[in-house]
Amino acid sequence: MAAELLALSALQAVAAIRSGELSPLELFRFYRERAAAEEARADRLNCFCWLAEEEPSAEGLRELPLGGVPLAVKDLFCTRGVPSQAGSRILADYRPPYTATAVARLQAAGATLLGKTNQDEFAMGSSSEYCAFGPVRNPWDRERVPGGSSGGSAAAVAAGLAPWALGTDTGGSIRQPAALCGIVGLKPTYGAVSRYGMIAFASSLDQAGPMTRTVADAALLFSLMAGRDPLDATSVELPGAISLPKAQELGGLGRRGRLRLGVPRELFEREGLAPGVRAAFERALELAGQLGAEVTDRVSLPHAPHALSAYYVLAPAEASSNLARYDGVRFGLRVEGEGLVDTYERTRAEGFGPEVKRRIMLGTYVLSAGYYDAYYAQAQRVRTLILADFRAAFEEVDLIVCPTSAEVAFPLGAKREDPWAMYLNDYFTVPMSLAGIPAISIPCGFAEEGGRQLPVGLQLAGPHFSEQLLLEAAHALEGALGFSGREGWV
Amino acid sequence: MGVGSGQLEPVIGLEIHVQLSTRTKLFCGCRVAFGDPPNTNICPVCLGLPGALPVVNKEALRYALMIGAALGSELAERSVFHRKNYFYPDLPKGYQISQYDLPLCRGGELEGVRIQRVHLEEDAAKLIHYGGSGRIHGSDLSLVDFNRGGTPLVEIVTHPDLRSPEEAGQWLRLLRATLKELGVSDVNMEEGSLRVDANVSLRPLGSDRLGTKTELKNINSFRYLERGLAAEIARQEEILAAGEEVAQETVHFDPQSGRLTVMRGKEEAHDYRYFPEPDLPPVQIDEQLLAEARAAVGELPAARIRRYEALGVAAHHACTLVFRTELGPFFEQALAAGGAPAGRVASWVVEELAPRLGEGEDPLEQKASPAALAKVVELVEAKRISTAAGRAVLEALLAKGGDPLEIVAREGLEALRDGDQLAELVAEAIAANPQAAEKVSAGELKAIGPIVGHVMRATKGRADGATVQRLIRERLGV
Repeated sequence: MAAELLALSALQAVAAIRSGELSPLELFRFYRERAAAEEARADRLNCFCWLAEEEPSAEGLRELPLGGVPLAVKDLFCTRGVPSQAGSRILADYRPPYTATAVARLQAAGATLLGKTNQDEFAMGSSSEYCAFGPVRNPWDRERVPGGSSGGSAAAVAAGLAPWALGTDTGGSIRQPAALCGIVGLKPTYGAVSRYGMIAFASSLDQAGPMTRTVADAALLFSLMAGRDPLDATSVELPGAISLPKAQELGGLGRRGRLRLGVPRELFEREGLAPGVRAAFERALELAGQLGAEVTDRVSLPHAPHALSAYYVLAPAEASSNLARYDGVRFGLRVEGEGLVDTYERTRAEGFGPEVKRRIMLGTYVLSAGYYDAYYAQAQRVRTLILADFRAAFEEVDLIVCPTSAEVAFPLGAKREDPWAMYLNDYFTVPMSLAGIPAISIPCGFAEEGGRQLPVGLQLAGPHFSEQLLLEAAHALEGALGFSGREGWV
Repeated sequence: MGVGSGQLEPVIGLEIHVQLSTRTKLFCGCRVAFGDPPNTNICPVCLGLPGALPVVNKEALRYALMIGAALGSELAERSVFHRKNYFYPDLPKGYQISQYDLPLCRGGELEGVRIQRVHLEEDAAKLIHYGGSGRIHGSDLSLVDFNRGGTPLVEIVTHPDLRSPEEAGQWLRLLRATLKELGVSDVNMEEGSLRVDANVSLRPLGSDRLGTKTELKNINSFRYLERGLAAEIARQEEILAAGEEVAQETVHFDPQSGRLTVMRGKEEAHDYRYFPEPDLPPVQIDEQLLAEARAAVGELPAARIRRYEALGVAAHHACTLVFRTELGPFFEQALAAGGAPAGRVASWVVEELAPRLGEGEDPLEQKASPAALAKVVELVEAKRISTAAGRAVLEALLAKGGDPLEIVAREGLEALRDGDQLAELVAEAIAANPQAAEKVSAGELKAIGPIVGHVMRATKGRADGATVQRLIRERLGV
């Protein structure tokens, strides 16, 4: 029975509950026990920083679109009365008085809150090692990182500790851990999902999205969380409803018939792309061709190589301001000092980890008088050029395709002390974030490293609000790739 | 004023913060209210809780645009909110959402004083300090009341076009009346819904160069504005007379002691790291909102003062009728009742009616109707009753209401005509005041007072003063 339950995708679990074959509480207990057992291990994955203490009320769940299927939620989503700490000591045991819109919508649709997942502090990181509550491990190899910053959500889904999860993506924080853990991760168009109640890192980039086993699961979760929210002025209504993807092939998906996939040379012919990743990616491209797609490398994103530099100006700038509210006055950690300024300094010195401090300093610097034009304004110009690059590319092709990450999961500690090496993890994901366009990462096979077979991610990106097309294309590829992910289950 | 440096003239500019009287706060749905128990009108947004986001209040936008329209500003079609970053316990997010290089309104002018900009921003919370210095540094305990935090403020910045403390005060009264007329704010300086900072510098008269300015902060009454500016101007004059230079600094004026405290420049050296607020898309002002804002602006005080003056109202009466907003409607209704010239009606409203009312009392709620007052003025002007009798009728009207003509008849207040009775009384009065009569006869006309007084007492004020004077002079042959 346990094996059968675990084998159900979230969509299948919803169907089983709604048909009466499965009780929502049975499924909830099953996952909560699995998660609790894992967390009790000495070499635990450390996916969760909080697990549901009580079972949800089963009343009416069965009739709801999500049928009570449990959901793991990244720590930085505010959930009423439940610790929402954004992976930071400065918010240790902070329990907000309200629930984030994205979570509230899913709960209203019948999702039950299984737990809150560990993450890099304030989503600043690509390995889930910059966590106040200990690093997250990768279920495929416990000596390796799961990626980040949504590493807890990614590892929980990959390990079969949760049917699905919510993550957030600022420069790749859904897609890169999804790739490193062998699951599906969708970063929606900026504005498609309300940010209300998401503890902010960089407001102009942050987006919530689903992290799931299958593309269909991602579509279902996304369809129920998206749309305009009067509490988020940057949110918008989707131009059309999202439906479950059905495509088996790529032939007819394009605007002009065949789906045209463009591999931008700037995002492929890059030094540092691991040979195993390259091989898995090229095999997937061949498969895409067999499914009827036209794959071309005659598409260019000339400014993409500057994306990382622009990102590491803009995101820290916004973060330096967003994180000013952690001052010990109203909530969270307060370290009493001698007078006001001393209290501010001690609180923030003890509350924030080194990576967060690094970015606050960076962001404060680039916004300061005399440097604004050289850094912040210049980075905004680069951002505009990158958006123009994508617009031009989408005149030529329907979707962009590239690896999600240059390499597979790396060993714990390998990059922790080298910020620039860590930042390079976002090389393939940041351009889409700056352009505000949607992108999805799906597992496309394995690459061997250190004697282990580790998952490789493939990223598809499309124009603003092209989520349905992305999901259809990803679904067709997923079917042909036949990646099961079962080897990652604990 | 330094000898040899010629005369100096003050150059004054104002920065005014106006708390808007919208129903809810600028970026959340909390009530804007004064006097509620602390921390009752609060929510995740105005507390700056993690994850909370601002949404712009459309009513506040409309109010700000109305102010811009009233000041003749250029109303932006696209405007951007910026974050102004600094740490303080009354600022829950660690930044204030304000506006920077793309304000809602630019330019404009009010009675010759040019406006630089009009923008929207959120108010800070209120700090209450206990013990010690009464300021945050050195107090035993500081508490924060977030009820005020997030209240919409409009900031109005003028060019330095004012030339004296009195002019600054008078201009601010006009601005206050204008804002009150628009109905966008309570404009109460004591309660802080109208706050003023003034910057002032001195320069040689006739120069167009600006001297180094200082800023007078947190002025909470018209009197303090005028007294504070006068004190600061005197301080700067002394510095310049000693051959020294004025430093750019902030000055606090203590109205109790009349003393100025100079804050050292360094304390004020902030780098606010302004950048566009990423949580709010640029504000696109559509035609409908612009039209609504423009349509909501009716006749404004400056125009009304001009209209009154054109009707023959004395300038200072016109200003009083407009600045004391409760008097204007009464005056307009009295005028509409007809019968008396506008200048006289205005004079009666300002000089006779207003002093007989309590502070802030609405004359329209009194028993004396505007038409009745107009009738009194008409009777006085036609010399059917004397001025003194007119005052008596007004008192009676205020006490019990009624018809002025009936009161005149009942009380026997009808003026004594230029007839035998008055001539007799004049003769009596001259006989009773021989010394005064002698002086008047000798050409010392000022000595006529006691004789006139005698007639007035005898007629209980019913005689017309000018007529009595004429009769006395005729009789004495001067």
